[in-house]
This record gives sequence, C-alpha cells and structure tokens, in this order.
Amino acid sequence: MERLLDVQNLHVSFDTHAGEVKAVRGVDFHLRKGETLAIVGESGSGKSVTTKALMRLIPNPPGRIKEGKMLFEGKDLVKISEKEMEKLRGKEISMIFQDPMTSLNPTMTVGKQIMEPLLKHQKMKKEAARKRAIELLALVGLPNPEARMKQYPHQFSGGQRQRVVIAIALACNPKILIADEPTTALDVTIQAQILELMKELQKKIETSIIFITHDLGVVANVADRVAVMYGGQIVETGTVDEIFYDPRHPYTWGLLSSMPSLDTEEGIALQAIPGTPPDLLNPPKGDAFALRSSYAMKIDFEQEPPVYQVSPTHFVKSWLLHPDAPAVEPPVNVRQTQRTMPQNFDKPVLVGGGR
Amino acid sequence: MAKFVFKRLIYMVITLLIIATLTFFLMKLLPGSPLKNQEKLSPAQQEIILDKYGLNDPLPVQYVHYMANLFKGDLGLSFQYDNRPVSTMIGERIGPSAYLGFQAVVFGTIVGIILGLLAAIRQNSLLDYAATTVAVLGISIPSFVFAGLLQYYFAVKYPIFPVAAWEGFEYTVLPTIALSVFVIATVARYMRSELLEVLSSDYIMLARAKGISSFDIMVKHALRNALIPIITLLGPLAVNIMTGSLVIENIFGIPGIGQQFVRSIMTNDFTVIMGVTLFYSVLFIVVVFIVDILYGVIDPRIRLSGGKK
Repeated sequence: MERLLDVQNLHVSFDTHAGEVKAVRGVDFHLRKGETLAIVGESGSGKSVTTKALMRLIPNPPGRIKEGKMLFEGKDLVKISEKEMEKLRGKEISMIFQDPMTSLNPTMTVGKQIMEPLLKHQKMKKEAARKRAIELLALVGLPNPEARMKQYPHQFSGGQRQRVVIAIALACNPKILIADEPTTALDVTIQAQILELMKELQKKIETSIIFITHDLGVVANVADRVAVMYGGQIVETGTVDEIFYDPRHPYTWGLLSSMPSLDTEEGIALQAIPGTPPDLLNPPKGDAFALRSSYAMKIDFEQEPPVYQVSPTHFVKSWLLHPDAPAVEPPVNVRQTQRTMPQNFDKPVLVGGGR
Repeated sequence: MAKFVFKRLIYMVITLLIIATLTFFLMKLLPGSPLKNQEKLSPAQQEIILDKYGLNDPLPVQYVHYMANLFKGDLGLSFQYDNRPVSTMIGERIGPSAYLGFQAVVFGTIVGIILGLLAAIRQNSLLDYAATTVAVLGISIPSFVFAGLLQYYFAVKYPIFPVAAWEGFEYTVLPTIALSVFVIATVARYMRSELLEVLSSDYIMLARAKGISSFDIMVKHALRNALIPIITLLGPLAVNIMTGSLVIENIFGIPGIGQQFVRSIMTNDFTVIMGVTLFYSVLFIVVVFIVDILYGVIDPRIRLSGGKK
C-alpha cells in the first residue's frame, strides 16, 4: 500500500523562559491509505504535539517545528505556506479533539459549524451545504438531524457533541483523520459507541486514522498498527499483534503490565511504571526510559539506543536487542500472553543509529 | 419570553419602591432644613412655610403623601428653585449629560474594543504593552486630570476646540474624550484578557483545524464570545457616565444633571434629591434589564426559559 503520510525525523520544541523544551525529538512514522495507526504513550510523551505539528496547529511562538519532514502525498507540510496549509486543514486532514464539551463554539449553531468547512473547501452554496450537513448529522447517528441543525452545543450531551465533532471532521471526506484521545472525556458506554462509529465511518469513506490514546484497550479495538511514544520519541512500532503479543521495549512491557486483561491470571498484580516522565527541558543522555527501567544497562545512560527491526513491520529502539545484550525476561504479565510471531526475523537487524 | 419580561417588570417596580423608601428616610436624617435664607426668617414664618410643604407632619404621613404623589407621576416641586417642578428640572438638565455620556460611551467602547483587540492579536508585542499602559493610566488617573490637560493643550496652547460652555458639537469634543478615557481603559483591559482566553480555547483550535482563516476565526468565532463579559460591564458603566460626571461638568461648564444633584444634597432640596435618585435608579434598572436581554441574544446558553427551544 502506498504511503499517504511519511513523517521523517520530526523535531518540535517550545521556547519557554526556562529554556527549550524538546517535546518531540526525532520521530519517524508513516501512515498508509485506509489504515489506523495508534500512537500510545503517557501524558507528556509528545503524542499530541506530534499530531498538532502535523496540522501545523502548534502556536508559534512558543512552539516551532525545528527540523524534519512531514510528507503528505509527496508535499512537505513543514515547508508549505500557511495559506496552503489552510486549504488542507479540514479538507485533506482533519482532527477530532479530546474534550467535546469545549471543542464546539458555544455561540454558533451546530448546523453552521458543520457547514463551515463545506462552504470553505467545497465552495458549496448555502442550501447545498445545509443539505450535506443534515446528511452528516444523520451519518453520525444523531436522530432528528434537521431540527438539531438549529440547536446550540449546550443542547447536546457529551457523546452527541463528539458525534457532531466527528461530523465536522468528516464533512469533506478527508484522507487523514487525526483523533486526539476522542473518547477520553466520555463515559465507557459512550466510548464504545463512538469507537464503533469511527470504525464504521472509516470503512464508508476510506479515510486513514491516526488515533492518539493512552488507553491500550482502545488500541486493541481500533488499530492496525501501533507506535509507542516515550519522552518525545517513538520507542517501538509494530502491528497490533506484535505490540500486544511480542513487545520488545521495556516501556511497552511496562504499559502492558499496568493494564488489566481477562487473561491476567489470579494472583498476578498489575505493575505500575515507577518514577515520572523525563524532563524534556534537559532530556536524558542515553535511553530516555533508562531511569525508570529495571532492565537498564550501563550503556542506556550513556548512548542513545539505535533502532532494531524485528520483523518487516516491527521496529524497536532499545539496546536490549543488541547482539551483546544479556537475554532478559519480560515481566510476568507480558510473558503470559507472549507468542512467537511467524514473520519475525531470525534475529533483530540494526536499521538506524541512535540519534 | 413574555413571562420573563413580565416577571422582571414586577421586580423592577418592587426594587424602585424599596429605593424610594430607603432614600426618603435616609434623606430625612440629613441635618439642616431646606429653607433658603433661614437666618432672615422668624421662627413663626419658618413654621408657616414648613406647614405649607407638609414638612411638619409626622414622618409616616409625609412618606405616604410622597408615595401617593409618586404613583400619580408627580415628583413634587423644588424647594430651592422657585417652586419649579422637579420633573421639569430633570428634563432640562438630563439632556446635556445624556448626550455627552452617550457619545463618550460609544466612542470609548469602540476605541476600547479596537485597542483590546490589537493588544490580544499582537500579544506581548510593543503594541500590547502600549495598550496595557494606556489602560492602566486610564483607570488610575482621575478624569479631571485629563480634562485639565486636554483643555490646556487643545483649547489654550493649540486652540482647536473651545475651552468650555455648551453651544454645539465642537464644545462636546474635549469633555467626551475626558469622560471616555475611563471607558476606553476598562473596555480595552477586559477585551484583551477575554479575547486571549477565547483564542486559546478548544473551539478556536477546532475552527483552525477546519481550515478557517485567521480573519474569519476572529470575526465569526472569537469576537462574539469575547464580547459577552464586556456587555455586563457596559451597562452600569453607561449609566454611570450618562448620569453625568460632576467634575467634568464643572470643568467644562456643562449644564448637566450631575451638578444639579450635588447642589440639591447640599441644600436639603428634598424633592430634587428624591427625584434625581429615582431617575438614576430607573435608568440603572432599565439598563441592567436591557443587558440581560442582550445576553440572551449573544449567548444562546443564557437564552431564557420560555423562549423558543
């Protein structure tokens, strides 16, 4: 499948009074047509910043894209002008935000807010845009769409508002939909509904989705591939199965061990990851996760780990995969579900140097 | 909506009754008598006059009497100004105050909004600091200082405008500016902080993510939301300024109501004090009422119960 989006060596920094906060430090990933890529990681890992950078929505100052490329259909989004970017936003790439309660304008009718991108990007006449907006509201499963067009956001519940936001995002049939924790602010039953809706709509309009979350349960439900972010870097990428059943990075192990699952045997405690995320004002020298990892070796504190390839789709940034590294056992919760992936190479191949 | 208006009207009448009652009794606590040339009148003469005006009756009787007249729309006659009806006096005096006040509020609001807008758009720029400085100065320096400076520079040193008096538009320019400084400062300050808050909100981010241009975001999304608190502020501010500033009216020789009010208090001119107080109150209550209605127009979340769903 062709690569719709190819992000290469992306660096995003924020200039604060205390100094330069390096929020994203050399991120590479790609997105293929029609697939769902989940980006997971704890708060402050840089996942939101990465996607906001994709939309060029990072306020400047203080934020700036320091280096890297974001190739969308061959066009580098870092380099194009703000005017050109405006034409892409909402049309080719759109975004759903975390909190539906605050992401709609309280003083504008819902109908108008859905019509806006249609009028702007598709140059529709008002009447046509209205019809399309009603269709969209029906599409996202809101009953009585005609009447709801004239209502204001406060007349909608949280779940309904998120449906409206999805309708706005999908109005122009975008090629990429970025969903920044779209279910975090919703209660569990509504979460499931919204996820189902997104999957259903993805099939209908064949959009690719970048799904940001810290909820591994959600990842298992929606994603084709997963990128695990830590300290502004992607530490492991692979297919969902590879990440869940054959994880290789200690941080991924930590994430998985802290998540309850039906397979967890009785008597095995969930493990919290000790410590706090690294200070990105002064990022640690070697492996950013070393300070919190019980698997850390001496080299982890001195040199940044390179990237090893475990299978055609599975990449890990860790010294543990170095041929000279001692063999280690992942935590018990991970071992329980571990499987051997048929596609795996005989042994990890070094593909990228530590930056 | 009709139900809401009706309910509010009843509340407004009750509020006015309370204000009238309180003012009446407080006023009676003022020392002194409303008689002019008191020292030249014999006690017997004084008694006759006080009797004539009903000022010797017991307080409750006076109160009932006054309120009864008030309901008929009669504010009584001034004790000081040749028995002229209070309503006529207010009518004559309110014109210049209201005109000047209205002009100052409109001018001040427009300039204030523009200033706040520019400061917010160019946050932390030189322009922003300049606007903030203007706002701080405008709020902390009393208006008569500006009045004096304006007179000195624009009427004396460079005689562009007349120094004082009330004879046409050019006479209103300097007092309007002097009065509007406070409005400009207050509005600009609020506008800046409100707009900054709105601009950093999620729905502005979503609007940007939709591909809306910065200009359209400002006009269609941000301004309306930022104006909501300004409207609350503007109501009382407008009344304050329209009812006249004693100092400004004195400095520029404007025959306004502010002057009148203070003089009536100093001379125990009971009926005028009552009349002007009630007039101010009505104005204030009506403006607050209008602000409440406007709220609903601008912010659908506070659209009133009984309104269209």
